[in-house]
Amino acid sequence: MSMIRDMMPGFELFQPATAQDAVALLERYGDDAWALAGGLDTFDWLKDRIKRPRAVVDLGAIESLRGVRAAAGGGLEIGAMTTLTEVSRDASVKESYALLAKAAGLVATPQIRNQGTIGGNVCQDTRCWYYRGGWPCYRAGGNICYADTPASMNREHCVFGASRCVAVNPSDTAGALVALDASMVVLGRGGEKVVKAEEFFIGPAVDITRMTVLRPGEMLTAIRLPAEWAGAHYYFEKARDRQSWDFALVSVAAAMKVEGGTVRDVRLVANSVAPYPMRLKAAEAQVRGKTVDERVAQSAGDIAVRGARPLHQNSFKVPLMRNLVRRAVREATATTTA
Amino acid sequence: MELIQRTSNPWGQEVLVRISWDLFFIALAAGALFCIIHLVLRPRWLKREAAAAKAPAGFVSGSGAASGAGSERVVRHGLTARLFHGVMAIAMIVLLLTGFLPKVGIQFGQWLTLHWIFGVVLIASIVFHMIHATFFLRLRDILIGPRDVKEWFQEIRYMLGGSTPPAKPGKYPVDHKMYHAAVTVAGFAAMITGVLMMFRIDTPIFARNPYLYTDSTWGWIYVLHGVGGVLLVALTITHVYFAILPEKRWITRSMIKGWVTRGELVAHHDPARWDPGNADDRAAAAAKIARESA
Repeated sequence: MSMIRDMMPGFELFQPATAQDAVALLERYGDDAWALAGGLDTFDWLKDRIKRPRAVVDLGAIESLRGVRAAAGGGLEIGAMTTLTEVSRDASVKESYALLAKAAGLVATPQIRNQGTIGGNVCQDTRCWYYRGGWPCYRAGGNICYADTPASMNREHCVFGASRCVAVNPSDTAGALVALDASMVVLGRGGEKVVKAEEFFIGPAVDITRMTVLRPGEMLTAIRLPAEWAGAHYYFEKARDRQSWDFALVSVAAAMKVEGGTVRDVRLVANSVAPYPMRLKAAEAQVRGKTVDERVAQSAGDIAVRGARPLHQNSFKVPLMRNLVRRAVREATATTTA
Repeated sequence: MELIQRTSNPWGQEVLVRISWDLFFIALAAGALFCIIHLVLRPRWLKREAAAAKAPAGFVSGSGAASGAGSERVVRHGLTARLFHGVMAIAMIVLLLTGFLPKVGIQFGQWLTLHWIFGVVLIASIVFHMIHATFFLRLRDILIGPRDVKEWFQEIRYMLGGSTPPAKPGKYPVDHKMYHAAVTVAGFAAMITGVLMMFRIDTPIFARNPYLYTDSTWGWIYVLHGVGGVLLVALTITHVYFAILPEKRWITRSMIKGWVTRGELVAHHDPARWDPGNADDRAAAAAKIARESA
């Protein structure tokens, strides 16, 4: 199928200086526009000639999209174009939201984190190679999933949330943001809207061609972390084939509020097991209000994987996820930073 | 404009994918255009109908509705038929909404589940209707025969200014019969392909098997499903339009409450061809129709 070529295909390049100008351009070109953040997802698509946008809107010159700042009403606001290295090293993020700092620090390699942005990381497309290879699957507008056949290579695909398409959300930071109950600031033709991270990511049951609620003409401008979850007990773990550089096979993010040894509130999220970062609400209910011990951790893990429907090559994800959830519940109560 | 979406499969063969979603908007526009044209021409037809109703010879006047005999209630649709119509209408509306709303930007995660569940409801109601209509109603009331075609041409000539008014129909006028036939064709196209498409998703009814057919055959199934769907959009718009027209409300009322008055019956139907209140007349009308058809 596809092969990355050296030459970039032709397109019109725009480098707006403001977010409003960027949105106007995205809106003007609609489906033919492509928002360029760090370029790490983009350039594969373009060089492969799988995506053929007429206009590329480079967001790199928009200063307002960069940096970590205090949010009105408490918490932090992170510009969408802030690099993953900046997020992982920022003192305020590390101090109050170590879960996100850790997740960002585990993305790919140092070079990629220097170039990649948090906005690009959460908005990146799925890594399903049938889709990225240009096969005319459901997600590409066809009517079949090539990753879900008896002979498919689907070791990395989903065990939950499949709806015709079995691709997973590949983002490391997405699970952490859902666990932190973050809000995503979206700018579009109707102005600014704020969407909960949990609702920002969508599965194929809602729209089989998109991973997020972003529509043509819209862009993510910032991510807000609520003060409510600042300094909670956190845990993040990413299981992958190569520790040096790889996408997650399963990742688990946990945020807990613990008082006197009892879990007052908890948010547990698993990613790379479903087409979206998946809240583990039944496991949360098992943990909430309890003093965590081995029995609670074990049962939370067992509950978390209930209803899993592995494909023929990814059954291993079920015990892997079960054990990561157990460890997250066990460890999160023991430390404030993972 | 592309009417049908095509793609190249991994083996380089060109296969169908589905209809273009533009067809949905074309169906909406076609349904709306039909209603607008009818609304524009309607006053003229109503005037002619009113004039014809006053004519003494060759016509059964609708004024009987005001008389004592005319206000007598006659059953047009039994409870079973009305319940079927209600269930089918709800299922059809849910199917159209769940099928097309996500394509116009109103997205919700349950659309596919609701779609197949109400698809099953629709199929069950249609199967019931077929049995009921075949064994408990007069099936020929709704079938289009040569006489209907002749009367349809007569009706068109009259609508375009001809002087000879069309003959009064039996239980269903020819345009109702043609609408029923169109819904039957579009509905069966959508239902049969819909059942096959259920093999592509997880349901408790079938074991999922997306490999039942080749991608080329699946493409045709998707296209037929889409064509049936957009036809039903246009047909539903026109159906609702006629149901709310003041001069058709007696028909809508009969589908809700079941009855028409004797006056409405004689004003709009030929009792020789359909008289639900008189068993002898019905037998006589059936014999007459049989003779005429022979």
